[in-house]
Amino acid sequence: MPKHEPILLKNMSQPGYTGTLAEYEKTGGYQALKKIFGKVSPADVTQLVIKSGLRGRGGAGFPTGVKWGFLPKDYQGPRYLCCNADESEPGTFKDRQLIERDPHQILEGIVLTCYAIGAETAYIYIRGEFVLGARILEEAIGEARRVGYIGKNIQGTGLTVEVWVHRGAGAYICGEETALLESLEGKRGLPRVKPPFPATHGLYNKPTVVNNVETLANLPHIINRGPEWFAAIGSPPKSTGTRIFCVSGHVKRPGNYEVPMGITFRELIYEHAGGMRSDKPLKAFIPGGASAPFLTPDHLDVKMDFESVAAAGSMLGSGGVTIMEEGTSMVWAALRLMEFFYHESCGKCSPCREGSSWLVQTMRRIVAKRGRAQDLETLTDLCKNIAGRTVCAFGDAEVAPIMSTLKHWRPEYIALIHEAEVSNLLRPQPAAARH
Amino acid sequence: MLVEKYKSEIESLLARYPVRRSALIPLLYLAQRETGYITEAAMIEIAGILKLTPPQVYETVTFYTMLNLKQVGTFHIQVCKSLMCALVGSDTLIGWIQTRLGIGPGETTPDGAFTLSTVECLAACGTGPMMQINDDYYERLTEEKLDRILSDLKSTGSSALKTGPFMWPEPLAPKGETSVR
Repeated sequence: MPKHEPILLKNMSQPGYTGTLAEYEKTGGYQALKKIFGKVSPADVTQLVIKSGLRGRGGAGFPTGVKWGFLPKDYQGPRYLCCNADESEPGTFKDRQLIERDPHQILEGIVLTCYAIGAETAYIYIRGEFVLGARILEEAIGEARRVGYIGKNIQGTGLTVEVWVHRGAGAYICGEETALLESLEGKRGLPRVKPPFPATHGLYNKPTVVNNVETLANLPHIINRGPEWFAAIGSPPKSTGTRIFCVSGHVKRPGNYEVPMGITFRELIYEHAGGMRSDKPLKAFIPGGASAPFLTPDHLDVKMDFESVAAAGSMLGSGGVTIMEEGTSMVWAALRLMEFFYHESCGKCSPCREGSSWLVQTMRRIVAKRGRAQDLETLTDLCKNIAGRTVCAFGDAEVAPIMSTLKHWRPEYIALIHEAEVSNLLRPQPAAARH
Repeated sequence: MLVEKYKSEIESLLARYPVRRSALIPLLYLAQRETGYITEAAMIEIAGILKLTPPQVYETVTFYTMLNLKQVGTFHIQVCKSLMCALVGSDTLIGWIQTRLGIGPGETTPDGAFTLSTVECLAACGTGPMMQINDDYYERLTEEKLDRILSDLKSTGSSALKTGPFMWPEPLAPKGETSVR
């Protein structure tokens, strides 16, 4: 195997590949479905996915087969699969490419998953802004339905899988799996209190699996080439397979790069993405989407697998890697992300709803050089009172930019506050104060 | 009335879900397509179709940024202002648009042609600065590209500079063609 053989991006990297059903079939598409349907038991498919070590590519990294295994075995009513295509984590733009360039790869993964978990209906919850992606998926579903890969009596087995595209309407939080379910039920996208988990009480209170686009796209390959093949790629035993890393910011060649997990950030940034865009050196990077704490050049040799990035104090998250060059204000960068989280807080939990507003106000004051000496304490105190005190993981995510920049670049905050204090001293005092 | 004009479309939407309320956002999109924004009359009608109360419809509408309760311009320009785009010049892009159209974020040109909004991440971080205009993405924007897009929209209503099926970095072009996009 060459050093970096792409799996998910392989088809679309071929010149002229447009992702139609005919082209997908020519590259071995829907062979996994034919191999499995009515021939291998659903429980065996789940075991196979557990054996491959595949973990969720949406951000949390939960083992996919294990998640499927949580569905009640003896439940007779309907079950659902939701494909999470609500890609909204700042820094992440891989699912969009998978959807628009090779939609059948995802659809085959969806049908295989439905088979394994016993679901007859799957909904693809796609973010509302992806109008083109939704249209491409609809067309692909139509193609697959006409030849019997989707719909009733798939390939003569008597099994049914219906797939529907459901567009969101502009809310980051709907990428959180229980908020996604609420939104799909036509409600405000407010995360649910867990437990119960979607595996037992999901969509319409029925057993439900929610899987990310990239996770599902891996399944046809795992079935075609075997779990052992997959488990040997990347950084076994815990981080197997490839990942599509989305590189953005101050590099020469930003974009999507599919590489085996476990390469270093240095390799991704300097070899794949072409290194820094100018002669300014690297100052900071975000390793896994806006929710992941910032890292420094000291972390360039950290391996890009779930465990190594966690050990470095951050997380691999959604795979969005954002690079910042020397000269970028870290306080400003943290403010820009804080403004995102303030805008996207759903408002359900008080610590997050009120805290995000306080944090953004305090950060704006510091960046505008109107900060006060006690502001750093206020920030730390607020962050500590938000993290871990909300229904979903949004609370932990929103404090990551501030906490991590305070940790690594505290002098930048202090310098801005110091400037504010000096200009305060020089300002003429109001008349009343002179008496 | 939506029901008379879109009877079959509404029926096929309802058939997708075992619970009627799930069709709420799809029906709201239908109403927005019809009038450009969601009117009170549409919300009441949709409530009737789904057997909900009008406040239940309203509570959902007000949660989602893509559902408009007010008229927007013919071309709704949404510029991503999140960090990743800001690192590569989204603030500058907003400035260019302001100069050319004479409107700031949240404003509409007097002729009703353009509304400018700043929005959070649209999942095009590797190809910033970028904007969405109605259904289409425009990426890797420069001052020249912006000028061409705005003049294309004014004259023909669409622009060839919009992004097609996304891939970045671009794949190699097939023999004999210079670019697949």
